[in-house]
Amino acid sequence: MLANATESIPSVAPIGFEFTGKGTMADKQPVVRMRDITKAFAGKVVANSHVNLDIYRGEILALLGENGSGKTTLMNMLSGIYFPDSGSIEIDGKPVVISSPKVAFDHGIGMIHQHFKLVNVFTAAENIVLGLKEKGAFDLQAASERIRQICDAYGFDVDPNQKVYDMSVSQKQTVEIVKMLYRGAEILILDEPTAVLTPQETDKLFAVLRNMRDDGKAIIIITHKLHEVQDISDRVVVLRKGEYVGEMITAESTTEEMTTMMVGHQVELNIDRPRPVNPKRRVRVHGLTVRNSEGILKLDNVSFSMYSGEILGVAGISGSGQKELLEAIAGLQPVEIGSIEYVKDDGSIDQLIGKDPLEIAELGVALSFVPEDRLGMGLVASMDLTDNMMLRSFRRGSSPFTDRKAPKELAEKVVEELEVNTNSIETPVRRLSGGNVQKVLVGREISSSPTVLLTAYAVRGLDVNSSYMIYDLINKQKANGTAVLFVGEDLDVLLELCDRILVLCGGKVSGIVDGRYTSKNEVGMLMTKLGGEAR
Amino acid sequence: MIHITKRKELLPQQVLGIRLGAIALALVVCGIITAMLTGLNPISVYGAMLNGAFGSQRKIWILLQETAILLCVSLALTPAFRMKFWNLGGEGQVLVGGLAAAAVMLVFGSRLPNALVILLEIVAAVGAGAVWALVPAIFKAKWNTNETLFTLMMNYVATQLVAYYVIVWEVPKGSGKIGIINQSTEIGWLPQIGSYKYLLNIIVVAIVTIAMHTYLNYSKHGYEISVVGESTNTARYVGIKVERVIIRTLLLSGAICGLAGLLLVAGTDHTITTTIAGGRGFTAVMVAWLAKFNPAVMVASSALLEFMGRGAGEITTAFGLNHSFGDILTGIILFFIIGSEFFITYKVNFQKKGGKSDV
Repeated sequence: MLANATESIPSVAPIGFEFTGKGTMADKQPVVRMRDITKAFAGKVVANSHVNLDIYRGEILALLGENGSGKTTLMNMLSGIYFPDSGSIEIDGKPVVISSPKVAFDHGIGMIHQHFKLVNVFTAAENIVLGLKEKGAFDLQAASERIRQICDAYGFDVDPNQKVYDMSVSQKQTVEIVKMLYRGAEILILDEPTAVLTPQETDKLFAVLRNMRDDGKAIIIITHKLHEVQDISDRVVVLRKGEYVGEMITAESTTEEMTTMMVGHQVELNIDRPRPVNPKRRVRVHGLTVRNSEGILKLDNVSFSMYSGEILGVAGISGSGQKELLEAIAGLQPVEIGSIEYVKDDGSIDQLIGKDPLEIAELGVALSFVPEDRLGMGLVASMDLTDNMMLRSFRRGSSPFTDRKAPKELAEKVVEELEVNTNSIETPVRRLSGGNVQKVLVGREISSSPTVLLTAYAVRGLDVNSSYMIYDLINKQKANGTAVLFVGEDLDVLLELCDRILVLCGGKVSGIVDGRYTSKNEVGMLMTKLGGEAR
Repeated sequence: MIHITKRKELLPQQVLGIRLGAIALALVVCGIITAMLTGLNPISVYGAMLNGAFGSQRKIWILLQETAILLCVSLALTPAFRMKFWNLGGEGQVLVGGLAAAAVMLVFGSRLPNALVILLEIVAAVGAGAVWALVPAIFKAKWNTNETLFTLMMNYVATQLVAYYVIVWEVPKGSGKIGIINQSTEIGWLPQIGSYKYLLNIIVVAIVTIAMHTYLNYSKHGYEISVVGESTNTARYVGIKVERVIIRTLLLSGAICGLAGLLLVAGTDHTITTTIAGGRGFTAVMVAWLAKFNPAVMVASSALLEFMGRGAGEITTAFGLNHSFGDILTGIILFFIIGSEFFITYKVNFQKKGGKSDV
């Protein structure tokens, strides 16, 4: 917390605060002032409690907090998606009632959500003008011209005539940002914008954000990646359990201080990486080629091996074939050609291709899979914890009736050991937060003591504490001799956790590198270009 | 300003309270409309409705019988609905079940002993209903065709099929009806328990209710149905054979519809007409939805709909009103019951000026 309040700060400022926005010292009036904001859902779960927040022009503010700390809820209230139970919002000193996203727009507030809201079959320009009620004839030409001006001004790279379905994730995100600017947004909120980007794309995004800041816009970025906070923000506000806990000037703080404020206690930010013990070849993938249901080549002649007691990371831009690779091994994805062999302890070999998950299990292959789509594939959202624990095991026994005793015990065990935050094991999993959903899923998948564990984006959307718990669980599996395939998106984590890293690029193996000796740069290059830099 | 937000789940007693409140409100509105349109005293109109449903022992038995058959069809649809397979072909499945039963009674009535005829007609009715549901199920499982349209179309095929056989088997020739089958011998008629004509049907449906409740909630099949209904991706992920579950579940759904047809033809009517299903295949959709696919609650929702139907019929005769008036009242009541679901899922906040809102 800052203590050095100066006289130049208006007396209404709640907390000592020194403004450091570049070159805009004259502009001390906050553009947005949120006071005493409280929001509870169904009168029970308090998402925000008496939160105060000031937002200034010409400043990038990082809103930092763990999952469920109320960052997104708070910003959703500013952008008109939720309505606060109590508290007040002022814009440029005038009290306002933001009752809908349209009202928020009218006040110049635009939010870019984690899930983009674009029409796939439209071009960038069509998406940008969609829903605008401008006077006169609809002139796409003029709109494209204005879009080009905006892009030139801030350094965006958008072709107004490109269809959205042809775009990469990063391009779609750019369209969303341009859309907001086109509509005259002065206050821009980005909800975890880097979650889906490569390091290079992140750098590009940050460059335009800085340009926008220097142009006097107010930018709020919701995140829990500390190095990005360090990289991009001018000021950090930390929320914990729905409450404002403090703020700091980025340049004067360390990541350790931020973490401590965020979680409320000191956290060890190192991931263990013991050497694999007695690794034996467990799975051999050879010449794997997969087309998706539309006939598009998603995996092209992929070959590699997985070893017991080893974590093999998979890096790649999203959509490079990670999903298809995991699902092919798990027996969920039809394969065009290639082989996936499972090597048993006694050296005998089973071919997994052409078998469904049940047949693979019947071979005696203990294969566990934590899929990317947790609620749509790994779990049944409307069922409670017990029934979800049963998914893998409900066939056990010859009785035509299900036995809920063992799954109930497993559910209780998972809740206790993995510290799942839930009212009871009768709660439908869709009512749990993201981190708790993942704990339930991982808990079930490792309960069968797998010999092969496949995980896709195991920590996506999870807070620091939950993430480290998941790394811990994966490391325990490694110590038990499980062959782990860890598909990740955060390169820092891949580099710290994995023994080897397989890099996919456009469905091909771009390279397999040693996790202990590679660099973020090398992996990043391999992700974007087959074989990395010209060698 | 009005602001609508989603609620967290309510307690069961709160939900019940909202529903009962809706029914009470519906009765008040019905009363006002009755008084305005007909000038009759609403209390006496309600009295007539009650009288129509419970007025005599015979009326009570008919109410129970009608409830049982409607419940039977609703139970038949439920496993399919839990799987999110929208079987709108209950009508046709009941009809072909009834037709198969009638055919066995007609063809074997004079050749085989009674017990064997009854056994045969059970197998035929259940089998025919199952086959009628199997056809759209196969198409859904293999080629992902739209089951709603497919099952709906199968209804018309069934109606025409029955119309054809009614002419083939008509007695006497030229009458366009079959009349009571095996009236003198009563061969193929389901046995009557004591002097209670409808008791057997009611007992059969009671057993089906308990069996269905157990099947859906406690059996491995029932669990698979729930998983497939919620997400076919999850089902495949754990190795459930989705196609097989769809086909198996629809066989069951059609079979129970066929059973309802059997109860109608061999149990009570002893004849077959194109209208013997009486729209129950569609009313059952509403029964099942009102009960959120819970067999135990369906007992109540089917009884409620039958009560209103019987009561509406009574007021048209008692007061000489057009039959449509009864339908208006039923419509109002259903509107309120279905509308109450909105208030169970959502909360309406009225908000004063100045950014504060009532909690």
